[in-house]
Amino acid sequence: MKSLVNTISNGIVRENPVFRLVLGLCPALAVTTAAENGFWMGLAVIFVLTCSNVIISLIRGVIPSKIRIPCFIVVIATFVTIVDLVMHAYMPEMYAILGIFIPLIVVNCIIMARAEAFASKNSVLLAAADGIGSGLGFMIAVIVVGAIREFLGTGNIVLAGTALFGPTGLGFDPAIVMILPPGAFITLGALLGLLNTLQARSAARQRRVCP
Amino acid sequence: MTFVAILIGGIFVNNLVFARFLGLCPFVGVSKRVDMAAGMSMAVIFVMTVASAVTWVVQNAVLEPFGLGYLQTVSFILVIAALVQFVEMVMQKTSPGLYQALGIYLPLITTNCAVLGVAILSIRNNYSFVESVVNGIAGALGWSLAVILFAGVRERWEITPIPKPLQGFPTALIGTGLMSLAFFGFQGMFKTLFVR
Repeated sequence: MKSLVNTISNGIVRENPVFRLVLGLCPALAVTTAAENGFWMGLAVIFVLTCSNVIISLIRGVIPSKIRIPCFIVVIATFVTIVDLVMHAYMPEMYAILGIFIPLIVVNCIIMARAEAFASKNSVLLAAADGIGSGLGFMIAVIVVGAIREFLGTGNIVLAGTALFGPTGLGFDPAIVMILPPGAFITLGALLGLLNTLQARSAARQRRVCP
Repeated sequence: MTFVAILIGGIFVNNLVFARFLGLCPFVGVSKRVDMAAGMSMAVIFVMTVASAVTWVVQNAVLEPFGLGYLQTVSFILVIAALVQFVEMVMQKTSPGLYQALGIYLPLITTNCAVLGVAILSIRNNYSFVESVVNGIAGALGWSLAVILFAGVRERWEITPIPKPLQGFPTALIGTGLMSLAFFGFQGMFKTLFVR
């Protein structure tokens, strides 16, 4: 039980796919024009990652190691197709916003990395926990980036149709560049720099406490 | 005229890296040195052009007539993976020199989301066969332009005193952002030339 919780929290914090491992950059930058887009993209990734991890862990004894990569790709692509069709049918607006990044989950390096590094070596339960953890880590990262970009770029954050800061916003001129592509790169770059600074600081403090 | 528009648009306006966010992992990975960037670019141009042609044929000759549209993602990624393997084997036999030069980059291309992305974009835009191929070439050239330019910038950063927390990925991303801002200038040019 403890290792399950550890595996999940590991994916969220210590091995956060976007902030720590810097994987899956394309969707993390492309769909983060708003916090809500990040949520749905994150949900799609959690589903694909967990399901593919479970299946790959189940069949890990059967796949010959030489052709494991094509096998992984077929498993992952199957679940991506499921997400693609379900989203297309039930939420056409969100599907139009996320665009080709739903089918492109299949080449998302996070999913391949977890399949290769974790699911193909661990039991089903652990693999599922790892999928949920890494997926949640990705989701939190894209929601954070999306919220920052949406707030600075439009002056407000809209969740499920309601504006968080009232209909008029906070009354500053939004910088439109933040919801354009350059804003995505700059936001994530600045966030990574900030996290590095915080980490260096906490490491320095720990060294002072126990020399 | 449409071919020129697709070509110019793909290289400058809808640049894969700067406007469409495709192929970022290899972009950050190989843009540390200009020669590595150039090697990867050659491999991407080759694979993306061939992949655009082959996936168009798969879509319009196999998937569409038999009503198998839902297999698009699975079949495209398998076609691309097989193609990369095939290209690697052919190259090893016929031109060992080129294989030596591109060898390490070829397997990386399977996981390059730009190849699959461009193929799917061509299908979604209802391009004809030639338009798809031109779109593939344009996307690849745009990616190459971005990665080679950026490698030149990063080589300079090697000898620049950058604050420690910003070294590596953070500067790479912020730099890409500034470059993408610069590429926005092409949008106005494109509009006056092609959109009337």
